Amino acid sequence: MNRLRRTLLGALAAMLAKPFAALAAWSENAFGAKTTQDALRGLGAANPAPSKDITIDAPQIAENGAVVPIEIASNIPGTTSLAVVLEKNPFPLAAKFDFKEGALPYIKVNVKMAETSDVRVVATAGGRHYAATREIKVTIGGCGG
Amino acid sequence: MAGPMKMRATLAGGNTAGAHTEIRVLMTHPMTTAQGGQPLHFIQNITVKLNGRTVVEAEVSQAVSRNPVFSFRLKGGAKGDKVEVSWLDNKGDTSRIESAIA
Repeated sequence: MNRLRRTLLGALAAMLAKPFAALAAWSENAFGAKTTQDALRGLGAANPAPSKDITIDAPQIAENGAVVPIEIASNIPGTTSLAVVLEKNPFPLAAKFDFKEGALPYIKVNVKMAETSDVRVVATAGGRHYAATREIKVTIGGCGG
Repeated sequence: MAGPMKMRATLAGGNTAGAHTEIRVLMTHPMTTAQGGQPLHFIQNITVKLNGRTVVEAEVSQAVSRNPVFSFRLKGGAKGDKVEVSWLDNKGDTSRIESAIA
């Protein structure tokens, strides 16, 4: 391939990409997945290694599945991402956070849980994936809201 | 209806090495799932900026509770630094809030 052609193609690609740059990305594949395995695959984190350096702070029993407070943090050095997977929800992936320079890998958020389920938190550090799991018992499911 | 936001950013831990900024933000949003015949309407993207620079980028699903409340933490931070949080939902609605670290 000659260099001019490559330059022109590059310029064209940049022009085409520009209108979409304004739109934030949303990982349709991962969020549309109906199983934990597919959600993890969608995130590119199919087989995370178990880790004790991820903390999940949440009630053991959540009376109202519509509002379940979850507090997560990673002590794995160089953590750049945390994802929350509510395994028994119709769409298990609930959220994914990317941390840039200056942010701590910590999040507190309220989520909806359809039923008693394992909550899996996946951390990414140095291109590798780690996970920790914790069960939350739900008395009244909260997916109608 | 997508409505106003509230936010508080405070410096925790004083001038120690473990000092961090705690950001607590409340968003007014129905966060409806497609169940029960309601229209699917939920926040998809959240961005946190410190002095104009992106520090956290989040993608979320309809599994986040109605009127979402998030806490984020930043390394260090100084009083007066500007924190901005914005969101974008699946219908293209958006909202943002800015405040200084106290």
